[in-house]
Amino acid sequence: MMGLASTPKPIVTSHPVAHWMDTPFADLCHALKYLIARVTVLRHHLRQMAKSHKREDAMKVLWFHLMPYQDLPADFKDKHNSVWVDIDPGLFDPLRGHQHYHEYMDQLEYAAKAGFHGICVNEHHSNAYGMMPSPNLIAATLARNTRDAALCVLGNSVALYNPPTRVAEEMAMLDCISGGRLIAGFPVGTPMDTCYAYGQNPAKLRDRYYEGIDLVLKAWAADKPFAFNGRYTQQRYVNCWPRPVQKQPPVWIPGGGSVETWQMCAERSFVYANLSYFGHQASMTHVKGFWGEMKRLGKEPNPFQAAFLQFVGVAETRAEAEKLYHEPANYFYNRCLHTDPAYANPPGYTSEATVRARITSQVLRAAEESRKATRAGGGAKFFEEGHVVIGSPDEVAEKLLTVCKEMHVGHLLLLLHFGNMSRDLTKYNTDLFATKVLPQIKHLYEKEWEDHWWPTGMPKNPSKNAAHAKSTFTTAGVAAQ
Amino acid sequence: MSNYKARIVETPAGPTRVWEKGRGKKLGYLAGLNGLPKWSPFLDKLAETHRVIVPSLPGYPGGPSSEPLDTQLDWVLAARDALVAAGLDGADLIGASVGGALAAEVAALWPKSVRKLVLIAPFGLYDSDTPIADVFAQRPGQTTVLLSEKPTDYAGYLSVPKEGDAGEWEVQTLRAHIAAASLIWPLGDTRLSKRLMRIMAPTLILWGHNDHVIPLSYARRFAEGIGAGTKVKIVRKAGHTLEFDEPKSAARTIDSFLAS
Repeated sequence: MMGLASTPKPIVTSHPVAHWMDTPFADLCHALKYLIARVTVLRHHLRQMAKSHKREDAMKVLWFHLMPYQDLPADFKDKHNSVWVDIDPGLFDPLRGHQHYHEYMDQLEYAAKAGFHGICVNEHHSNAYGMMPSPNLIAATLARNTRDAALCVLGNSVALYNPPTRVAEEMAMLDCISGGRLIAGFPVGTPMDTCYAYGQNPAKLRDRYYEGIDLVLKAWAADKPFAFNGRYTQQRYVNCWPRPVQKQPPVWIPGGGSVETWQMCAERSFVYANLSYFGHQASMTHVKGFWGEMKRLGKEPNPFQAAFLQFVGVAETRAEAEKLYHEPANYFYNRCLHTDPAYANPPGYTSEATVRARITSQVLRAAEESRKATRAGGGAKFFEEGHVVIGSPDEVAEKLLTVCKEMHVGHLLLLLHFGNMSRDLTKYNTDLFATKVLPQIKHLYEKEWEDHWWPTGMPKNPSKNAAHAKSTFTTAGVAAQ
Repeated sequence: MSNYKARIVETPAGPTRVWEKGRGKKLGYLAGLNGLPKWSPFLDKLAETHRVIVPSLPGYPGGPSSEPLDTQLDWVLAARDALVAAGLDGADLIGASVGGALAAEVAALWPKSVRKLVLIAPFGLYDSDTPIADVFAQRPGQTTVLLSEKPTDYAGYLSVPKEGDAGEWEVQTLRAHIAAASLIWPLGDTRLSKRLMRIMAPTLILWGHNDHVIPLSYARRFAEGIGAGTKVKIVRKAGHTLEFDEPKSAARTIDSFLAS
């Protein structure tokens, strides 16, 4: 027993063979115990690896929040021009803002705990249905209060930042804080956000955006400071400090029906994330356009290179779902989407190629449909036309599986909160989805494809310094460990 | 209307269309927001007394691509190059709207290159008390109403000709709007106010009485800023596109100014 007590505990060693050789064999019992301990550790590691491999190779479902302001008046469409750009500042009550932000961050954190693979935020400006001019602020908070979920920031409109190096830095911070859980989204941004609210020249926006992405990726990759002499950005010293945990966080490109976006995603191996407010029917054409581009370029049709957004409302029955989700859907489609079509199409925002391809902008469609609904008395068919998928858990699971397979999409972004949905209904929807729908759909594509566009987390063999993170003041500080 | 000649001249920005009609003293014209997709009655009226020469600016119908142009300097040089290539160095010059902002720049930076200058409701200045309308934030079909006092006629002028390709016409129009946005987004202020005093050519400033894009008060601002002698003339029943709305009246006023 003396020998056992004086022997170093083998369970914390990382090289069992070396320690095995060092162990005195005088005590057979000790040797056996030692072996059993090593085998246990090894089995644990193998199980973890298998689990992780399995998870990484199947469908990912992300819980997305737009963060809408919930108190737009009932007569908003009649009395106000647009939810975006020239939205009346007098409609915003900062005290409600305080409540909204906390409630919405609670919801995202709850979703992460409920088993969703990722949680997702995005960027809008001068917009009453998207209260995140800075998604990075929200993501930073989420990074502290979540553990395993991917942090999908969809994203930063790089053309709005001068220099775009700022995006590289903030995202590197997020990747460090979260422990390698960042998905880096780079939208070109809507006309309302970029050209009208932020004054960017539409004639140059897309080119500026491409250059911004190049700069950010180069800033992450460079192993020494470099000079960047771009058309729009000139910087003598680009030196992204901190560095991201992931060498390059996965890049997702939120987009609609822009031919250039399809081409960029296909050529540069970025995820094409189709974000439509009009559900799978609208996304189908665009996602198929992306796959067409992939085929044209001879690229592998890996479903994990595509994502799409879907509003969903789950209840025990479809009838109940209709009852529960009509109000929040109506709020979203008939107040939040009340956008002035004047802001939909600044010259140059839609390229010549897209004009030639006759693709209608989603924004214009939203504006037109919103106004049409007003004229028709406010009866947008958001359930009938699949803008919002509703039903029992089985019905929703079946629909989503069908749609994901047909679109060949491996990343599903869900809006389980929309419009003015209450806290309780959001929780109900999230719980029901997590417990009864998610288990039915998360095995899609299992072991069929490798997901190259999912965050890696912390490296398996962290550096010596990383171990000191355990000595931070709070448990949140080691969230990613 | 017609019997004008078309030729292509080489400029550093690329091949550039030049239209020409009439006899007499050379008179150049740099068109406004939509450029010149077709010949116009205004040019016919001018051609009765002048040799009217119309080069296309980059991005506008007949012009080379505006894509490579980044800065105000790029645009001013492109305008100057087009005028020289068209044989208009030292001639009288009319500039309308966006073309007016560039005509003023050329007259300011190369004072001897313009004999007499006519500015028709030019862009280039901005007054926050009386802001310029956002011509780029208009609902479908509303832009012509904003620009013209005869929107149906003006829309007809801009529409695709019977023998034309509707798709290509749409792309051509889009290119013109991109060029305009490239130059004047978002407010229309090209900082021209810093250079107005360098204009030494006698200048006629023409403004549509019902210009809903750039308020009438800007006519006075231009007149006060320009270094040479100026004359301001307000054209009744005309909007921002006054040379389309009132071609005879505009041409007569210009002719009289150039002859004086």
